[in-house]
Amino acid sequence: MPMIEILDDACKGCLLCVPACPHELIHNTKAKLNKRGLYPVEYVDPDGKCTGCRLCAIVCPDAAIRVYKEVKKKSA
Amino acid sequence: MDVITIEGTEYKVVAERPKSLTDTPFTYCPGCNHGTTHKIIAEVIDELGIQHRCIGIASVGCSVFSYEFFDFDFISVPHGRALAVATGAKRMRPDSVLMTYQGDGDLAAIGTAETIHACNRGERVTCIFVNNAIYGMTGGQMAPTTLLGMKTTTSPLGRDAKRIGWPMKMSEMLAPLQGAAYIARVSMHDAKHILKAKAAIKKAFRAQLEDKGFSMVEVLSNCNVNWHMTPQEGVKFIEEQMTKNFPLGVYKDVWQEEAAKQTAKEEG
Amino acid sequence: MSDERVFMKGNHAACEGAYRAGCKAYFGYPITPQNEVTEYMSAHIWEHGGTFIQSESEVAAINMIMGASATGARAMTSSSSPGISLKQEGLSYIAMMELPMVVMNVVRCGPGLGNIAPHQGDYFQTTKGGGHGDYRLITLAPNSVQEMAQFIYDAFILADKWRNPAMVLTDGTIGQMMEPVDYASMPWMDPPDKSEWQLDEFQEGRERHVLTSIWLDPVDMAVAHEKLIDKYERLKKEEVRYDEYLTEDAEVLVVAIGSPSRVTHSAIRILRQEGLKVGLFRPITVWPFPYDAIRKYADSKRVKAILVPEMNWGQMIEDVKLAVLDKKPVHFVAKHGGLTFTPEDLTEPIRAILKNPEEPNTLWHVS
Repeated sequence: MPMIEILDDACKGCLLCVPACPHELIHNTKAKLNKRGLYPVEYVDPDGKCTGCRLCAIVCPDAAIRVYKEVKKKSA
Repeated sequence: MDVITIEGTEYKVVAERPKSLTDTPFTYCPGCNHGTTHKIIAEVIDELGIQHRCIGIASVGCSVFSYEFFDFDFISVPHGRALAVATGAKRMRPDSVLMTYQGDGDLAAIGTAETIHACNRGERVTCIFVNNAIYGMTGGQMAPTTLLGMKTTTSPLGRDAKRIGWPMKMSEMLAPLQGAAYIARVSMHDAKHILKAKAAIKKAFRAQLEDKGFSMVEVLSNCNVNWHMTPQEGVKFIEEQMTKNFPLGVYKDVWQEEAAKQTAKEEG
Repeated sequence: MSDERVFMKGNHAACEGAYRAGCKAYFGYPITPQNEVTEYMSAHIWEHGGTFIQSESEVAAINMIMGASATGARAMTSSSSPGISLKQEGLSYIAMMELPMVVMNVVRCGPGLGNIAPHQGDYFQTTKGGGHGDYRLITLAPNSVQEMAQFIYDAFILADKWRNPAMVLTDGTIGQMMEPVDYASMPWMDPPDKSEWQLDEFQEGRERHVLTSIWLDPVDMAVAHEKLIDKYERLKKEEVRYDEYLTEDAEVLVVAIGSPSRVTHSAIRILRQEGLKVGLFRPITVWPFPYDAIRKYADSKRVKAILVPEMNWGQMIEDVKLAVLDKKPVHFVAKHGGLTFTPEDLTEPIRAILKNPEEPNTLWHVS
């Protein structure tokens, strides 16, 4: 399942990624403060909807989003 | 691409901080497109495999500290003079890849002469011109690219063409010069346009690597803090207002011109 | 006589000195009376593997030099007074980034456009900083065509040795006149290795190099300042240079640079025939200025007075007075408007001084 990781201390909470996600998986929860005293966004994806499209990472001005995709195993 | 293992599953990292950036977090305001621009430049440099050949020229403005963020040799120079410094460096080290990173005040006001002449000489350097229609670092004063009617701290009633003229269109000005190899105006307002911008920046570096001439990419960028907007409103302002005044597109493409000449030759 | 002895113009000789020092970049803008430098460079620097650009302005030229120097090359620019004013911004940055480079000022008359005749009005600008901030340029003042070549050559060596910009401060007379030059003392050389700090395309496997002049935190800026100040203090101890002519028995010491120092030679020969004991002290480095060497004369019982002739309203005389510390009268002879001294302009005041040495400081206006 593809997924993303928010690098909390790099995120400035500008929220540009929130509307960028086609599946609305990034939220401004204000649940925690980072080292800079800013609220980083949170990635919430209980149903595994993330497609790894990278749109959130592309619009992020702080390179604070890492996107992962599963390595497809070649069938033996 | 790096591969990591999480809970027994192997993942490849398809998006992360590019290698040509240092680990220092950007000090730009939240939502500022300087960061986005830095990121795509670094991605292009990574993809072209030229990180250790690059020499960056940091100008004066918000990007004065850009040398903190790019991981290659850098020099920080006087306001507006980046392209003159790049000229001297490139002439001495033609195998280096020279990049200037300049704002609208730097490139289109105090450095207009250096910009026009570097372009006209066809200097083999790549200029990234960040146009956010305002002086960010000094606190939101009017820029040569400030839109008509736009209120800034030095145009408190809005820019008035009669008194201070019209927004400077640098890409349109430079494109007719014969030294220009690639001139394009791109925008940072959404993912699609950011990807287009990245493609343009790659072409601009290629123009230098292929010894074609001067290349510049004008990046329409937000300054939501000095525009007194949220980042979302800022990018919307780029899309709706900035692009109206500063039309996006490729203003000079030396490859296209060469291809057209070739076709004409074959047909003729 | 050396094989390398040729008859040339001061401005051309400066270029030959630069080539011999391994100068590979010259960027400049035309201005009289130094056009011969720009023209000669445009014709010949290619023969030495160098590059020339006629820049769009003096401002662009100094910044191009900044770029070339940052990559480790030996680079120079030249201009005359109004153009040197435009270069001050760049020089300030170059000084803070400790970039070695050479700039020559063939001084003309000012303020404003002034005229193209020789003058010495840029002494303060050159020796006290010139641009914004607290910095100094190593400054050499030639008085012959031989020295035009030699001092440009030496300026490159000093600039690299100290990682500091160096200025050759001359005047229209020296730049324009022709004399024989012997290049035997200027063997061809390559610049020293600067790979520890230069910007280049060989970054793989080393720390990146960053050149900057900004430290927002005053504590960090103070550290950067102290590094510069320490360098300047060492320069003041180690690099002071001067020349003396018949000073061993002199009762009147003339302190002069540039073309006035040549006229002083003639004046001294006339006065010596009359039995008057006059000598010339000629600072070669006007920064660092030879305060201590001049102070020795001020302390000497033999020396009755000191005379400073300048083609300006009195600039170097302030440094001479700092050296003399009121121990002896310091007289001044001024020449204005781009007019040059004649030997009589100096012999007359010197005779008067020797007749009445106790007379307090006097100002002679000569026109």
